[in-house]
Amino acid sequence: MQSLILTTATRLLVALLLVFSVYALLRGHNLPGGGFIGGLIGATAFILYAIAASVDEARAALLVDPSNIAVAGLGAAAIGGLASVLAGKPFLTGLWLFLGASEGGKGLPLSTVLIFDTGVYLAVFGGILTLVFALEEET
Amino acid sequence: MAGDYPKVERVMGGPAGWVSILFPAILFTYFLNLLPEVVEGPVTAGFDWVPALGVQMSVLLDGLSMMFALLITGIGTAVTLYSCHYLGDHPHYPRFVCYLLMFMVGMLGLVLANDLIALFVFWEVTTISSYLLIGFNADQASSRRSALQALLVTGAGGLILLAGLIVLGSIAGTFRISEILTQGDMIRAHPAYGAILILFLAGAFTKSAQVPFHFWLPNAMAAPTPVSAYLHSATMVKAGVFLMARMNPVLGGTDAWFWILILFGGVTAVFASVMSMRQTDIKQVLAYTTLMALGTLTMFIGAGTHYAIMAGMLFLLVHSLYKAALFLMIGIVDHSTGTRDATVLRGLSKAMPLTGIAAALAALSMAGIPPLLGFVGKEYMYKAGMDLPGLGAIWVTLMTFAASALMFAAGGIVAWRPFRGELAETPHHAHEGSWPMLAGPLVLGALSLIFGLFPGIPGHFLIGPATNAVEGAVHEVHLHLWGGINMALFLSILTFIAGWLLYRNHEGIRARLAAFEARSPIDFDAGWDRLLDGFKDFAGWLTGIVQNGNLQRYLAVTFTTFAVLVGGTYLVRGAFEVGPRLIQLGAHPVQWSVLLLMIAGSFLVVSTTSRMTAVAGLGVVSVGVAMVFIMFSAPDVAITQLLVEVLIIVLVTLVMLRLPYLPPRSELHFRFGHAIIATSVGAVVTLVLIAMLSGPFDRKLTDYFEQTAYPEAHGRNIVNVILVDFRALDTFGEITVVAIAAIGALALLRGIKTRNTGNQNGSEEA
Amino acid sequence: MELLLAITTGVLTAVAVYLMLSKNLLRYLWGLVLLSNAVNFVIFLGGRLTPGAPPLIDEGDYAPAGEVANALPQALVLTAIVISFGLMAFALALIYRTYMTLGTVTSTEMRIAEPRPRKPESDE
Repeated sequence: MQSLILTTATRLLVALLLVFSVYALLRGHNLPGGGFIGGLIGATAFILYAIAASVDEARAALLVDPSNIAVAGLGAAAIGGLASVLAGKPFLTGLWLFLGASEGGKGLPLSTVLIFDTGVYLAVFGGILTLVFALEEET
Repeated sequence: MAGDYPKVERVMGGPAGWVSILFPAILFTYFLNLLPEVVEGPVTAGFDWVPALGVQMSVLLDGLSMMFALLITGIGTAVTLYSCHYLGDHPHYPRFVCYLLMFMVGMLGLVLANDLIALFVFWEVTTISSYLLIGFNADQASSRRSALQALLVTGAGGLILLAGLIVLGSIAGTFRISEILTQGDMIRAHPAYGAILILFLAGAFTKSAQVPFHFWLPNAMAAPTPVSAYLHSATMVKAGVFLMARMNPVLGGTDAWFWILILFGGVTAVFASVMSMRQTDIKQVLAYTTLMALGTLTMFIGAGTHYAIMAGMLFLLVHSLYKAALFLMIGIVDHSTGTRDATVLRGLSKAMPLTGIAAALAALSMAGIPPLLGFVGKEYMYKAGMDLPGLGAIWVTLMTFAASALMFAAGGIVAWRPFRGELAETPHHAHEGSWPMLAGPLVLGALSLIFGLFPGIPGHFLIGPATNAVEGAVHEVHLHLWGGINMALFLSILTFIAGWLLYRNHEGIRARLAAFEARSPIDFDAGWDRLLDGFKDFAGWLTGIVQNGNLQRYLAVTFTTFAVLVGGTYLVRGAFEVGPRLIQLGAHPVQWSVLLLMIAGSFLVVSTTSRMTAVAGLGVVSVGVAMVFIMFSAPDVAITQLLVEVLIIVLVTLVMLRLPYLPPRSELHFRFGHAIIATSVGAVVTLVLIAMLSGPFDRKLTDYFEQTAYPEAHGRNIVNVILVDFRALDTFGEITVVAIAAIGALALLRGIKTRNTGNQNGSEEA
Repeated sequence: MELLLAITTGVLTAVAVYLMLSKNLLRYLWGLVLLSNAVNFVIFLGGRLTPGAPPLIDEGDYAPAGEVANALPQALVLTAIVISFGLMAFALALIYRTYMTLGTVTSTEMRIAEPRPRKPESDE
């Protein structure tokens, strides 16, 4: 399916979607979004690219094999969960660090929960791309 | 049999051999040291095993368990010593030692257990290890069959026994045997007594091979000879006898106990003795005499008088000593001559004099000839039999007489005739056995003689305490070799005469029995095969119905079960209710249209014959679902739903184009049955939902999440906080599932294209 | 509205079950998709319906002000959606692979493990 309109629009859309997917991931803890939604949006971006261009080009743009991304996501989630074990708390307990916290605000929140959610993002992103690429390439 | 394997150089079986000999020998010494203490009274000890279930690993060492423990370890020593030479160069000898020691431990645990559950566990240990031992020559089909038969018969009995143990334990309020033993009167009067009795006896009779469960025992001869010696003399089959003896103070003393045991025991004893006359393989002859001994023991435990119990315990010792010796002797003969055929073996005492002596001692004891212990045992059995009240006396005495006479003849066949006369031609040239193999039979034979000459020793140390333990009372026991001229002596002499006549004519009897057996319609072994075949056919038939490989039928069954069980439960419990809040059908026109849109979309999917139309219908439904989520304040869910919907459409479209068309409308029949199932499931779902919505709502979890999401988890989006913090483990599991699904699909699809380029030329354009 | 949604869920379930009972695996798959939607509704309804108040905590507050929608079933449904997508995609791959190997998408014709006996009585 080679359509000039689609190809052109895709270039713009893919970039936008990717940025938005990371945005959805980061804001997820306070507003609608999160790892699942972010991962789905990111996967959609690459699927769009794969349809507009080709799976090979999408793979090339991705640099890493999507199944590796999925497994890396699992690993990240596990690390996010294990951090609390090192701190002597049960598996998957959230640990928080507030940079520059003051009276009025909590400052910049960094947490193992974010690592975990990033793991979710990567697992969903990689898992879905693995599925779609496989179905698209092998059929 | 060992000759089929490459020889392995080992001295006395190597380390495995030494360990296997030392283990029972040390234990035997240990128990022997405890003997004086146990003669005074039972010893108990223990620790908690499974405290949560109240199971204790406690030990009850009274006269009964002491006698068994000594037999198990003592004969165990003889058997392990024997087998290090008999099987020492077998490539699987260490494995054999493992099985044998496991068996020994199981048997010891069984007789020492002071807890019903522990007893059962050890009971099953002996079942499993005997399976492994009988099937030790696993390369022979007959061996495997015999092992499986023993496992299934005794295993089934074990499960029935477990039921009995649990019922008994719950009635008594404790699983500790020493405490249950004091509650005999209460348990005998309990309405469940009959059930307990039958369950226990089912376990004991299968294990101790009483008719009609006897057929596995002669087949168990497939085991290597030392195992047979062990199984038949001190262990395994005696486990059932032990159980009956152990439970005698609790279950015994009733009419039911008395008649069941003496009838089954008597029939087993005589039937087995007759069958032993039929055999030509001397090992098989012995196997049937074991059945006879087991029947006799059952009979005397059932008879239950002081004399009967004492005679039973005495005969237990007698039998263990001579049976182990005889089996070991047969192993030597077999090893040395290469045959066990009673019609072939002659004149062995010239080539193997020591074996001959051991065999003679054991056989004399078996035949009950003075001054051996077997004579004492037989005298007391007659006394006990005649001592019984009423019909029981006649039955027990007659059965004992018949069995003893036949035993006399069997002893002659097994251990007299093969050693007399001129040395006959055998496959191998006969030669004397080595000392490790001879030690056991000689010592055991000598013990039969010494104990016979001085019956006071076993009487005081073994038989007395054991009798007291079985009776649950205290009596002093004095055994005598010479009981004076009385009825028992007269019966003994009659026995010898009858036995001698049987022995003289045994070849004719054997021929008649063989002819009778050929015409007899009853064949337990074949019946067993038919039973197993029947099981297999039944299983095949049932599987064919339940799992016929038809996806439609599986799903129909699953859905029907769901509808009937869930709907039925709600209906029976009267749980379908419609709360007042639900009655108003009020909804915004937008909501109405979304719902109608979803229903329309789903009907489109069901009715279309076009793949694309169906996918579009699915899309309509999914978008409707997303809109419902938006309307009811679930933005995260709605976004996810929409994104997934996009992906589903992409995927389905990609694949669909390469899959075949749907069947044309002419083939798309309306399935009335399916529609009924579908409607019922749908109706049940709706009714359950209505009932659920009508009930009160528990906001406990929701409140907790709402109150703690920000203060504790620092998030304002409660849904996301639940996902990544409160219930992060669930989420972790879910992303794992996604990754596994992806990798699984990848594995399924990889390589299809290269393999199927020939038959697939579908368009590459999506 | 809850009653109406309950009825809609029932209808979706019925259609899904009818589709899943088909011997055509594509129709089966659509039934699976519809069924997961219906099940999601069941979970969602279990937490009751609350219009116009997403489970978010306003800036400056420590807990939701006023009644907001039940967050727990939402979290459950959210993951359920992603899981059912994984399931659907896997089933699709399976169906496709089956078609490539066996040449059919009709479940009753897939008898590679237990070939149909030539004659019913020669079953041995």
